[in-house]
Amino acid sequence: MLTKRIIACLDMDGGRVVKGVQFVNLRDAGDPAECAAAHARDGADEIVLLDITATSDKRNTMLDVVSRTARCLFVPFTVGGGIRELSDATAVFDAGADKIAINSAAVKDPALIAKIAARFGSQAVVVAIDARRVNNGFEVFVAGGRTPTGRDAIQWAREAAACGAGEIMLTSMDRDGTKAGFDCELTQLVADAVSIPVIASGGAGSPQHFIDVFRDGRADAALAASIFHFGLENIGQLKRELQAANVPVRWPC
Amino acid sequence: MIAIVDYGAGNLNSVKKAFDHLGANVVVTTQPETISTADKIVLPGVGHFSALGALDNTGLRDAVLQGANAGKPFLGICLGMQWLFEGSDEAPKFAGAGFFNGRCRPFPSSVKSPHVGWNSLAVREGSRLLRNVAPESFVYYTHSFQAPVVASTTAATEYGTEFSAVVERDNIFGVQFHPEKSWTVGLLMLKNFCEL
Repeated sequence: MLTKRIIACLDMDGGRVVKGVQFVNLRDAGDPAECAAAHARDGADEIVLLDITATSDKRNTMLDVVSRTARCLFVPFTVGGGIRELSDATAVFDAGADKIAINSAAVKDPALIAKIAARFGSQAVVVAIDARRVNNGFEVFVAGGRTPTGRDAIQWAREAAACGAGEIMLTSMDRDGTKAGFDCELTQLVADAVSIPVIASGGAGSPQHFIDVFRDGRADAALAASIFHFGLENIGQLKRELQAANVPVRWPC
Repeated sequence: MIAIVDYGAGNLNSVKKAFDHLGANVVVTTQPETISTADKIVLPGVGHFSALGALDNTGLRDAVLQGANAGKPFLGICLGMQWLFEGSDEAPKFAGAGFFNGRCRPFPSSVKSPHVGWNSLAVREGSRLLRNVAPESFVYYTHSFQAPVVASTTAATEYGTEFSAVVERDNIFGVQFHPEKSWTVGLLMLKNFCEL
């Protein structure tokens, strides 16, 4: 049976793993390569490394960190942050990523999705969407959540899928870092709108939140960062609780 | 030496990295001559079945088939496994190698496609590639088309339908999932391949 994926996300700044609350107030949480290996041993189904300040600082993704992290990581490995064109994506793949996540650059130029997919396959292209609740729906924000776009998140997810995205990584900015639970309504709207997998992100704080987003949000995968880094929850323990609630997971692994 | 065939489709780093980790002597090559001198051949691949057309245009197809027909251990991964069948509805005008009967088809409409994530194997007895692999191990998939279960299927997976996860006959092996991304279970399979 296809299982629900638990994805450990490493938000990276200046070569270190950090985690903020609602995109600010960053705290240091360790070396990316060590964190990634530890999460994989604990049972993470996938690792995501996001260079969270890459776009705003106009820096390239730290390729040496990617390469060091990828070397002994034998689960799917996604890298995002600062990928603006095909050559940026190529460099990240060459460094050892299996998938790239694009956000701002895809909104600016949706053709970039097709361009990367044509060269590396759709399975390698994750479109990350940062969405915030507004009066009549969910609005897409870019540049690390700093810039509103006026675009509807559900509509944009559909367009990204049509352009050749392989997965949607959907972050609720309202929930990010709050540990108040995933935004199941947002997740469900996007999951029902596209046929590609949807990764729910933002708000994980307890095993029940994962159960909710898999059942009510119809997410294919759920991503969390701080919950794992600060020892609040062990992935194995999380998976055992999901299993007890009849959510199919890869465990033992 | 193990030759990983590079026909210009996708990213072969992960496959090479996994073999490197196992201490295997492995090269990624675009050259038919290198394939001819290899002891073992790995045909990876992601994306669209038509990408395999590049094999035909580069002389790689003949080199790969010669090696396979000469009895060299051959491992097709994902699209490379689908190529071992007669063809795929994804690109009807491109012929597969036909080592196994049947064609690759899309998933039934009852399930989301592509099939992405960790799914379990139903392992049959006697597999050499799956030696010491636990019978219901999880492996990582990402694909939109699937190969039928045939007499040479040594592990199957269920997703809307039952399809071939692993096929093997004599020196020819194919896996639909990505062993290089399937944690220690996948590495064990690659190790088994190295030791053939």
